[in-house]
Amino acid sequence: MIRTSRAARTGQYLALACYLVLLGFPFVWLLSTAVKPARELASLHPAWIPADPTLANVRQAFEEQPLLRAAGNSLLVAVCAALICVAVATPMAYVLARRRTRLTAAATGWVVVSQAFPFVLVIIPLFLVLRNLRLVDTLTGLVLVYVVWSLPFALWMLTGHVRAVPRELEEAAAVDGAGRVRTLVSVVVPLLAPGLAATALFAFITAWNEFFFALVLLKSPEHQTLPVVLTRFIGAEGVADLGPLAAAALLATLPSLLVFAVIQRRITSGVAAGAVRG
Amino acid sequence: MGAALARRTAVERLAAAATGLALLLTGCAGDGDRHRRADGTIELRFHSLAWQKESVAATKELVREWNARNPAVRVRYVQGSWDSVHDQLLTSFEGGEAPDIIHDAADDLADFAYGGRLADLRPLLSARLTADIPAASWETTTFGGDGGVYGVPFLQEPRVLIANRRLIEGSGVRIPTPERPWSWPEFRAVARELTAYMGRGRYAVAWPLREPVSVTLNLGLSAGGRLFVRDSGGKARIRFTDGDAVVPDTIHHQVNTDRTAAPDTAGTGGSDTLPGFFGGRYAMVPLGFAYRQQIAQQAPEGFAWTVLPAPAGPGGPVQGVSPQTLSIAQDTPYKKEAARFIEFLLRPPNMVRLARGDWMLPTGRAALADPALRTDRDGWAVGAALARELRAAPAPAVRGYPEWKDKVATPAYQEYYSGAIDREELAERLVEDGNLVLARYQR
Repeated sequence: MIRTSRAARTGQYLALACYLVLLGFPFVWLLSTAVKPARELASLHPAWIPADPTLANVRQAFEEQPLLRAAGNSLLVAVCAALICVAVATPMAYVLARRRTRLTAAATGWVVVSQAFPFVLVIIPLFLVLRNLRLVDTLTGLVLVYVVWSLPFALWMLTGHVRAVPRELEEAAAVDGAGRVRTLVSVVVPLLAPGLAATALFAFITAWNEFFFALVLLKSPEHQTLPVVLTRFIGAEGVADLGPLAAAALLATLPSLLVFAVIQRRITSGVAAGAVRG
Repeated sequence: MGAALARRTAVERLAAAATGLALLLTGCAGDGDRHRRADGTIELRFHSLAWQKESVAATKELVREWNARNPAVRVRYVQGSWDSVHDQLLTSFEGGEAPDIIHDAADDLADFAYGGRLADLRPLLSARLTADIPAASWETTTFGGDGGVYGVPFLQEPRVLIANRRLIEGSGVRIPTPERPWSWPEFRAVARELTAYMGRGRYAVAWPLREPVSVTLNLGLSAGGRLFVRDSGGKARIRFTDGDAVVPDTIHHQVNTDRTAAPDTAGTGGSDTLPGFFGGRYAMVPLGFAYRQQIAQQAPEGFAWTVLPAPAGPGGPVQGVSPQTLSIAQDTPYKKEAARFIEFLLRPPNMVRLARGDWMLPTGRAALADPALRTDRDGWAVGAALARELRAAPAPAVRGYPEWKDKVATPAYQEYYSGAIDREELAERLVEDGNLVLARYQR
């Protein structure tokens, strides 16, 4: 067992503290901005703690824009996209990890290449395809787009996780008479839990934060998602209604933090640790 | 048997949940003919960019009034965002899903107009509205050889100097008026005097120059700058004359030589300069007229501010503007109905409501004469007096202008203002690199 010296440990904690400050700063600043009155926001010497804290920005944000409805749309779309993405990517990743043929090599190559397409290149063809399917201005269409958009990276992530599952476990299941599907469902998937959680989280956050597709594909106000509604606090020439924007942005940040808090233990736990013993 | 039953129940539950979810998602699906409502009446989509709280309220109220009076042609208010309007419209046009009535700005219309996406409004608008808006404003939305009009310009804002009243009056400099503005050389002299009066670490001016092109070109009109000229074949070319150099040289000298302008605001937007302005670090900030709303809302208790006209050249306080516009999509089958709604929205009293909501000036002569826009309070009278001097911004009608602005002019002006390059290099880049860009669009 490697013992760490007291000095090294102090250094580690110091580095960790610096990192936490770096990560926490934007969030704390956002919180501070959300509860500052307009006059304090325009102060030459801004303070961390507002002299005269107020919830007026929160009230104004909710009064001016349909934030709850937009958050509901975002949540629905992000959860659906994450679930479908994981459901589709898991068997695909299994095949890519376990079957070594020219086809799987080509498929893996295509997955990597497809990551290189920028939004602007695909948006108009995508819009036309969705229009022909009568899915423009629907949340279904947006979920479909998010699944397709997240799938390559999710697949790449999950393939790595599947490779880390020892083959011996599958062989043992086969000896006991389990078929391919049964092996996948009863043996591989439970061991993939951290990978599945991480992949779902990735797909959820991608969909939750995504702006451009939602902007272009959703027309009706009642379908719009939170990132699109947030831009309404920004006017011409980049003039921003800073207080209400910060209050609304805070709302947009909370679900991601909550999801992380709930499933971070699953993500960080080891894959198949101790599953195979001699 | 029990296990099989339990498995089936689980599968059924899963199927029920999936069905419910699918219904929830598809419940949000749009219908086929988006213009016809279930009761047979017409519905038009109005993509509005109203942003200020009062402006959104005024626009929604006007839509409600229209719908109450015109049950056969209902208008649906759709909120858009200035931040992303071009991308959203571009994809909507390409996909055949564009809104029927489009709120935008004149400098964003050229490509849509040339691309056949917007309807020519000449046969659709009434003589009253056409006569009410001055020719100089119509020029901002007129494109192509046949003089097609692709938007109704309805709100505009001159650039003004928002000034700290106590500092300006205390320094003893002459206070400019719309009738007798400062000349550009006088402005430089005043800035020197004011900086000396304010003391170390403080500056007479803070130029917010994150987007330097429009401010330079629009204010440059007063000194005779045009930058864009048309050759005999009608093709646009860039030519840098002495008139085009007046505004850039003034800013460059104030920042780098006279030290009368703050050196750290070159990359900032207008809002970013306000804390320094309120804190007494800057005496004047050149800003769009609508910024008064933010200043009125955010200024500390007792802070006295005033609105001054921007400096003028030999031709008077002329400056370029790019008004907000209302257009009609070429694809809409209900152009006449859409035009009737625009006529309603821009009746003089309604135009006043929209202008007050956005803290901007109406283009219509009748609305501009309204006493509510002639008051001295919050500088309305100064803006209204400047309205007659507003012209079409020099460049937006030129094809390739957005690319020239982003790739050539913005970095070139920013480098000149920060002192990184000299005027010869600025002119060379604007003209030579710029003409290469324009040539690609005018083959």
